Order: sequence, then C-alpha cells, then structure tokens
Amino acid sequence: MAKLPISVDKIIENYGPHKAYAPKQGFHGHADPDKLVKTHCCFCGMQCGLQLKVKDNAVVGFEPWMEFPFNEGRMCPKGVARYLQNNHADRLLSPLERVESEGFKAVDWETAMSRTVTEIKRIQSTYGNDAFAMLSGVSLTNELSYMVGKFARVALKTANLDYNGRLCMVSAGAGNKKAFGLDRISNSWVDLKHAEVIMICGSNVSETFPTLIHYIWEARDNGAKLIVVDPRVTPVARTADLHLPVRPGTDSALYGAMLQQLVENDWLDHDFINQHTSGFDATIAAVKDYSLEWAEKVTGIPAESIKQAAAMWGQAKTSFMMHARGIEHHSKGVDNVLGCINLVLATGRIGKPYCGYGTITGQGNGQGGREHGHKCDQLPGNRDITNPEHRKYIADVWGIDEKDMPGKGLTAYEILEAIHRGEIKGLISICFNPVVSLPNNNMVREALEKLEYYVAIDFFLNETARHANVVLSGALHEEEEGTVTSAEGRVIKINAAVTPPGDARTDASILKELAARLGAGDKFAFKNSEAIFNELRVASKGGTADYYGITYERIVKNYGVFWPCPSLDHPGTPRLWEDRKFATPDGKAHFNPAPYRDPGEPTDKEYPVVLTTGRVVSQYLSGTQTRRIGKLLDQYPEPLLEIHPSLAQQFGIQDRDLVKVVTRRGEAEFPAQVVTTIRSDTVFIPYHWGGSKSANQLTIGNLDPISKIPEFKVCACKLIPLGRKAPPVSESDAYQSV
Amino acid sequence: MAEPEKNFDQDMEFFVDMQRCISCHACETACAECETNGQETMIHVNYVDRAHSVQTTVQVCMHCEDPACANVCPADAISKDSNGVVHSANTSRCIGCSNCVMACPFGVPKKMEAAELMMKCNLCYDRTSVGKKPMCATVCPSGALYYGTREEMRKKRPNSDPVNTFKFGAQTVHTKVNVMMPKGSKELKVH
Ligand code: SF4
Ligand code: SF4
Ligand code: SF4
Repeated sequence: MAKLPISVDKIIENYGPHKAYAPKQGFHGHADPDKLVKTHCCFCGMQCGLQLKVKDNAVVGFEPWMEFPFNEGRMCPKGVARYLQNNHADRLLSPLERVESEGFKAVDWETAMSRTVTEIKRIQSTYGNDAFAMLSGVSLTNELSYMVGKFARVALKTANLDYNGRLCMVSAGAGNKKAFGLDRISNSWVDLKHAEVIMICGSNVSETFPTLIHYIWEARDNGAKLIVVDPRVTPVARTADLHLPVRPGTDSALYGAMLQQLVENDWLDHDFINQHTSGFDATIAAVKDYSLEWAEKVTGIPAESIKQAAAMWGQAKTSFMMHARGIEHHSKGVDNVLGCINLVLATGRIGKPYCGYGTITGQGNGQGGREHGHKCDQLPGNRDITNPEHRKYIADVWGIDEKDMPGKGLTAYEILEAIHRGEIKGLISICFNPVVSLPNNNMVREALEKLEYYVAIDFFLNETARHANVVLSGALHEEEEGTVTSAEGRVIKINAAVTPPGDARTDASILKELAARLGAGDKFAFKNSEAIFNELRVASKGGTADYYGITYERIVKNYGVFWPCPSLDHPGTPRLWEDRKFATPDGKAHFNPAPYRDPGEPTDKEYPVVLTTGRVVSQYLSGTQTRRIGKLLDQYPEPLLEIHPSLAQQFGIQDRDLVKVVTRRGEAEFPAQVVTTIRSDTVFIPYHWGGSKSANQLTIGNLDPISKIPEFKVCACKLIPLGRKAPPVSESDAYQSV
Repeated sequence: MAEPEKNFDQDMEFFVDMQRCISCHACETACAECETNGQETMIHVNYVDRAHSVQTTVQVCMHCEDPACANVCPADAISKDSNGVVHSANTSRCIGCSNCVMACPFGVPKKMEAAELMMKCNLCYDRTSVGKKPMCATVCPSGALYYGTREEMRKKRPNSDPVNTFKFGAQTVHTKVNVMMPKGSKELKVH
C-alpha cells in the first residue's frame, strides 16, 4: 500500500531536497534582527551554544554565544549554517495526504488527525495493539523523548516502540550499564584538558564533534599523549602520537592484547581492582593467550605499536578514554566497549580529576534521548521495563495500572523486519529516517511498502516520509522549547526562537492531540514544555538518570546542570564515581570478559574488500536537514569511495573513476577518491545520502546480541570499476540531492 | 590613513596555527555571514595534498605592515588604517585591475568576477572595531585561528612562538597576523 504515490523525481521536484543559500525572505534583517535567541545547535552531541538572529518570526542568521562555557563561541560549519533550514522552501507547512498517482495533497489537521486515529484503531482492533509500532529519534528534546515513551505506552498501548539511538550508541549504553550500572560519560570535558594520555577509539572527532577538538589540542599543549584507533588517518589521527590503523571489526582483539600487556607488565592499580571491582580474574583469563603477535595478525596493527600503546596507557597517572560509532557499530559493539572499559578499570583511572571514560554521542540529544523511555526496553529515569518495581513506579506517575503497561518490544531494525514479515501493520514515526539510516535499506523500503498505514511526523518530506499515507507537519528545533542533555551529561535549555510557519505545529501539540483522540487526553494535559519537564523530573526520581533536582531556572542560571541531580539543593554531577560507589547492585565496577570474535560478514574470495561507513563534517546523519543547506552540500557534494592506492591499483581504479560497489545486499556507484589515508584492505563511504547514493544499501543488518545495534562499520564488498570517470560534481545526481 | 575606531583593541592580535586545522571550513562558512562581505567568504581552506594527507592550510589576509596590495593599487582603493588593518578595496574606487591580486606575496586578494571588484578580509572591521572578535577566529573549533592578546597566546601554547616576519627571497614582510611556529622560531622563510 505504501508504495510511492508518484515517481521519486516528481516528489523531489515538489518537496526537495533543494539547496538553500539564503533565508527565504533574503538577508533582510540580517544586520538588524528583532532579537537574538540563546539556544544550542540542533546537530551533534556537543550541543554548542549559539544565538539565532530573528526577524519577523524567521531565523535570518546566527551570532556566536561567547559566554556558553563549553564552546565559548566555537562552532563547526553545520552549526553556523543551520539557520538556513528555517523557513526553507521545502518546509512542510500543512499536513499532507497521499493521493495515488498524483502525489501528496495538503489537508487540514482535522482530516489528517481523524484519518490517522481511525487507522490506528482499525489496525489495533484487527491485529492487536502491538501491530501498530512507533519509531522515534534522539534529535528530539528530553521533553519530547519522554512524551513519546508515554504516548506509545499509554495512548497507543503498544510494546513496539524504539528509537534511532539504536543505530547510534546503544552498544556503549549496554556496556556502561554492565560495567558501572549507569549509562553516562564519567566526566565533563574539562577533565580532558589535563589528562596525561588520551585514547580515542573509533571516533573521527575532528569531523563529527569538531568543537571537542579544542579540548584535545589544549590537552596536548599541556603535554598529553594522544592514541587514536581508526582505519583511516582522520584529521585527529594525523596529529596523534600513536595511530593504530585497526582492521575494521577487530577492535576487541586490540583491547584484549593491551589488557594482557597491562597484566604482564603489572601496570595495574591493584588497590582499586581489589576494593572496587569484580570480575577481574575471569576477564584477564579470557585474554591470557592474546599475544602481541596474535593481535598483530588479527588487527593488522604492528605488534610494536600495540606494545607502545599499552605502555603509554599503562604508565600514565591520568587518562581519558573515549570512543564512538567506530567501535560501537558492530555485531560485538558491546564487547568492544567492554574491552575499553576493562583498560580503564585495570588502571583504576576513573572518578578522579583528569581521568575519564565515555562515549561521544553523535546525535544532538544522544545522551538525554536514551534516558527518558522511548527505547523498547526502558522507562524514564533509565528504568528497566521488565523490572516490576520500576514499572509500578512509572505506572503511578502516569496514573495507569501497571498491568496495562506494555512490556518490552522489538528494537528498531527488528521492527522493520517484523513489518517486512507482515506482523506489524501500522507505523508512526517521528524524527527518524530509516530509509537512509538503517542498514540493508532495500529491505526497509520493501517493508514500508507492506504497511497498511504509515503516518510520519516531520518538517521535511524525507526519504522515509515519502512512503507515508499521512504526513503531520511538525516543528524544527528552533520552534520548540525544551531541554537536551549534551554528550558530557550537561542538561541545557533549548529556547524557541520562532513559531512554526504556516499550518505546521509543534511536535508536542501533535502528540497531545493524537493522545486525546485516542482517549488518553487527561494523561497529556501539559500546559507547556516546562510542565512536561516537571513530570519527567518526577518520573526520573530515584532512577539512575535522576533529573529531579534540575529545573529550567537552574539550567539557565548555571549554563546547564549535570545529571544525576537528585534534589533541588544538589549541585549536579560533572564527575561521576568520586565516592567509588558504582551504580551496580554490589556497588562495584564490573570487569567483563570481552573475548575476540570475527565480524558477522568476513571478507572472502567473492567479496574481498572490507567496507566501512561514517560521516563527513558538513553533513549530519541521514542528511534530511544538511542536504538542504547549499553551503554544506557544496563543501562535500557527493559521497566518495575512499580507497588506498595499492588497492586501487589492484582493481585498475584511478582518482574520480566511477566504481560499482557490490555487497550481498545491494550495489551502488561512487566516484573513487584515491588516498593513502586509509588502510589498504578497506574502503570508506559516508552514509548521509539517500536513493542511488545511499551507502546503507550495502551495509548489513547483523545485530549485536545485547544492544541490537547493526554492524554498519564492517561488511564484505567487491569493487567493479566502470571504466569511466565520474561526471563533474555539478552534474551528479547526489549534488542535486536525489 | 583612515582614522582608528576608538573601540578597536590594539592589544588583540590574530594567530594562525595550521597544525591544528581540521579542514572543517567553519571559518569560511562564518566569514560569509559577516554583514560586510556580501555572503562571500574572505578566508580559504585548501588541502595541501589530499592524496597523501588530510592536512589543510588556511589562507587569510596577513594585514602587512607595508601592504604590497595597497602599494600597487593605481586607484588608491586599498587603505591601511592606524590599527594596522588593511581594508578591502573601496567599492567606489576599485577598477578591478587585479594588480593587488598579483602583488600580494601571500596570494590573498581575490577578484570577484561578477562584481568586478577586489575583495579580501578586513579583519571583520565591523566586529573588531566594536570590541568583538572576527567571525572566523570566533568559530574555529580547533583553535587554528585565534584572536586575542600575545600574552594569552603564550600561556595557551607554551610549545609554539608566534611569527610575523616572512622572508620571500630577499624581501622581508612584517605582518599584523601571526603564524604559530615551533618554539624559538623568529621568522618564516617562504622561498
Ligand atoms: S554540529 Fe556539533 S560541533 Fe557542530 S556546531 Fe553543532 S553541536 Fe557544535
Ligand atoms: S575553522 Fe579552523 S579548523 Fe576549521 S577549516 Fe577553518 S581554520 Fe581549519
Ligand atoms: S577576519 Fe573576518 S573578514 Fe577576515 S577572514 Fe576572518 S571572518 Fe572573514
């Protein structure tokens, strides 16, 4: 049913992406705005503070916000240019309804809402409540994340709710919970500046979290040594004291071998291990055979470099370990994370000044969005949906009977698989673009085509929303008030700069009305976003992610408050574990054995090359927003296939040659960029594009057994040079953003 | 010489530290946001040799003590003020002859073909003259660009020294903008 109503070309003609270089109304008012609104960037987990210039209820420019302590005015190009999406020509100004063979037509809210609610009721009464699923995203504020979690369980009454953090840092979250009982970076970024050694595993910090680089460079001015684990020489790896060019999918062998070196050389904090941890013996037993030579063979990193890394890490007095998607996007993402944590615990360098550990969240609210209950297995306060006490507490806050609260549902990729199998018939999505962002996206597209009803809440008609029966025109970041939690655990305030244009509405008001029409209006009678936050505070109280002591007023006054913050007189917690009381049941930090296993799809004769994916600095996630900003698209106009000259030579590929990349799931053509800054057995493609340029046609849906994160970072591919040069960038369809 | 603006802080200097540049282009994007630039960027980021490195260089007007661009301008369109800022060509005077483009040892001025006008960085005069920092140096996430006092810089970068003496063969050029070099460096030989 949900096949595209008209051709992709036609949809693009009508709804974009089109490139904006100037605000719709021109630069009128650029120099003389009505007001400057202090808020934060809508993109990555750094959540840089910035000010939006507003003229006549439209955002017309930006001005640095020098006082915000994390970034003091510093920004990356995305943050600078983000204002261009406000009032964009592609912006959806009213709800849309699909009309077969004609496309989409604007409808009024009454029509869109009543159709949606009728379909939800029809599907749920025919197939059961869980046959209607919901997908959410962590670019949403904390308030909206909380509201979505409650909406799905209380109004929609479905177990099948999950979020796009499932594609992001859930492996880190699962690892953190196992080791520490709590899922947050251990320190604020300030501690980074004075660490003796910084180890960055699988994170292209310079392109994905550019403003964090400042802290790293400052640390180096203070004498810090930098170790970077990455198959590519990224800008941060270029300057590292030690770059470990790991073969994708083999990270845990590296951390295992390093741990073995720490044991062998007795670079261990015995007191810390004895008094504050458990599981050490079993963990080191698992790596006792991990010799340097073995690790070199598996990881492709010279044994000498691994030894050096272990010595640098082992002998330091202070250290900061961080990682990102490079080690998390694997079918053993959790093991990779635990491998890193084991190195931190073995040296006891946690909960002290200048010592830290944590994941860097890719999405704006990657941290907060994983605490308030829009994950399939979780309730607010990072509570467990299967724990009877936790369920009871939240049911009481929500004013429902615990028995009526759905249980644990399917994860994001599993929801799409269940739709594909015909088990889930209806879907509502908000702030999630799985057609671009999920692996094996040909399957995703097929799945969407099988839905009986799909409603998308969005502000642009992104690649997934194109399949919808009804699109509810929601709000941009600058049109909604709320809070987000940055990657360092700082809860900050997002201030609405303008109201939604045309007939568009805030996401909160859309969810509120849907809930009312589904008969749960009394549970969603929030006056404003602060009222939602105040309920969230109560719901989080006593949970591991405790926000109870945080208020809007305190956030504004203090430039953010770090959770946990259990009471109004609590100062917040920039540095965790200083009291050595971990959030596990026994109060100890847990070592976990993380033995090496191969990636899900190793290379073979037919598919001999490793494919890995990632990001570029000028684009954000599925590109829904950034592919509509001219300047950002011009900076990196089309996805390129990075390939080492020696591998290129094997296939007879030269720079700008068009290469067909084939995997067991799909194929796509990309211009080659021949560079020595990548391993010679690995190719890299950025994933921000949809359609024929989508890297995720090729990637694999192997899931980590614990976190259920897909293995975006490694699969096997073959390369077929097409014998012709790629067209000039300006003629490429990716540049036109198809 | 144009009159100095009274709010221009003479102690503030501009520092460029290429080693830190992460090729993010935030400086270019932000420069184009300057009210005076007509949405054009006056700073340029380029790869040194992308086939072998991700290192980029960033090219900004060096605001020379004795600016070659101004010296060769037949129309007197380029002026240096007493704060040491070399201003972009005066729109009403510039004849688009490109002499400045040819003369600048750092390759800075660019002729905007559409406007038949030379444009270059004027150290965000609309901002610096009222005590703000230039756009590019404000946003640069890596500290590759920095605007502040020499003393602040010395404290921040104990392992580097700012250099503003450049040798192009026999020619010596002193600039208002500094380039960060390894400790002990006094000048940079370009040829
Ligand atoms: S994308 Fe991230 S680093 Fe860039 S400005 Fe936004 S929050 Fe800052
Ligand atoms: S903003 Fe700074 S780091 Fe980014 S390209 Fe410009 S100089 Fe380099
Ligand atoms: S100082 Fe101002 S005008 Fe000059 S390059 Fe930087 S942002 Fe552009």
